[in-house]
Amino acid sequence: MSWHRKHLLDIESLSAEELTTVLDTAREFKAVGERDIKKVPALQGKTVVNFFVEPSTRTRVSFELSAKRLSADIINFSADASSFQKGESLKDTARTLEALNADIIVIRHKAAGAPHFLARFLNAHVVNAGDGAHEHPTQALLDVFTIREKKGNIAGLNVTILGDILFSRVARSNIWALRKLGANVTLCGPSTLVPRVFEQMGCRVTYDLDEALTGADVINLLRIQHERQRKTMFPSIGEYARLFGLNRARLAKAKPDALIMHPGPMNRGVEIESGLADSDRAVILEQVTNGIAVRMAVLYLVNGGNAEEL
Amino acid sequence: MADPNASRTVPEADALARAWRRVAHEIAEAHADGGAVILVGIQRGGVALAQHLGETLGGIYGQAVAVGSVEPGLHRDDLSQRGMAELRPTELTGDLANKVVVLIDDVLSTGRTVRASIDAVMAFGRPQCIRLAVLIDRGHRELPIRPDFVGKNLPTHPDEHVEVRTDNSGTPIAVTIKK
Repeated sequence: MSWHRKHLLDIESLSAEELTTVLDTAREFKAVGERDIKKVPALQGKTVVNFFVEPSTRTRVSFELSAKRLSADIINFSADASSFQKGESLKDTARTLEALNADIIVIRHKAAGAPHFLARFLNAHVVNAGDGAHEHPTQALLDVFTIREKKGNIAGLNVTILGDILFSRVARSNIWALRKLGANVTLCGPSTLVPRVFEQMGCRVTYDLDEALTGADVINLLRIQHERQRKTMFPSIGEYARLFGLNRARLAKAKPDALIMHPGPMNRGVEIESGLADSDRAVILEQVTNGIAVRMAVLYLVNGGNAEEL
Repeated sequence: MADPNASRTVPEADALARAWRRVAHEIAEAHADGGAVILVGIQRGGVALAQHLGETLGGIYGQAVAVGSVEPGLHRDDLSQRGMAELRPTELTGDLANKVVVLIDDVLSTGRTVRASIDAVMAFGRPQCIRLAVLIDRGHRELPIRPDFVGKNLPTHPDEHVEVRTDNSGTPIAVTIKK
């Protein structure tokens, strides 16, 4: 087993061995979730704070349930109800949370690097639940967990990530995880949202959807992040759907057993044809279930990590 | 004079295998209904021994005996001090009600692993009873736990480490005491 880290801040700094440790640990936690009694006492007496400075429902709920299944106490602290509007700094708010004797702080923030910033001065363990357009480590972990569960392993698979790459922390974390585990990654979408610079991360970039889908084992669809971009990135939603939306005809280019993934929330009729989202090729709901197992593994592992490593 | 730091190997392979067969007979004597017995190996030293015991017991009962495994890691009381345990599968299928769960481990010492394993089994159901069979009891108990079936009592020093090796069939072949 290979895990000594006190925090989970990003995927970029993890080794393939560390990624595999999280996935193996998550596999045992998935079994816990399938039992009649879904709770284990591993984090009994620990306090977890969900510190969400950006709206999120599904990630917050997933962390909440994960902490509860580990017998930790969890409180939710969200920005709209908080002191930010009264002028308190992020540092002071985080220190206040720590003064409640929080053991683990799960942070979602609109600024990239916010979790790294907190990790520098907090004694508590810090888990990144999404920082700006930078990383969303637990989403990538649950995605590769789902792929590994369905395909047996990651190395050598052709994974196509489709859509808004530029503004997507999910894409960045997924690219790091997939590349470290040996997958071939293809990125596709409007050229304004899929800059060539991603080739430096070891990805293939193409603006031709048919080419991107040919031979794919996995198709990961990303939502257009309306809240993070200006209106000028592509002409219209209708045009995006026509050029880059996944439908049955285009899916035929991929391998016959290709998986369709989506981190949610999905826009039916935009990035995915509605019928495909409900087909047996889609593993979108399994991703949600696996998210709990992976987040349980992360909370469990960081709680045991005490090294000075970040 | 022998080097006090050298590891010593005890007892002989034949004696170990015989002791483990005797344990099988003692379990069969205490629990006549083989269909009610589930052997549960504690991850990970107890798993191979449970498999081997299952085969022996199957021969004695004249019917296959259920064998499973349990991971005590999530129920340990020293997670904060020792860091997180590597997790291995818990395999307990079927209803545990009216079943005799026999926990199997290679070495019994403080009793904390057994305590955690009992809790892990209880999360799956309420067996009629839980018994404990170990190949080696090395003493130094820290909890009020006592094995029901023991292959061999082995006096050791608290800071020594006892290791059991099994062959591919799960037959115990060597016990080594290390400093």
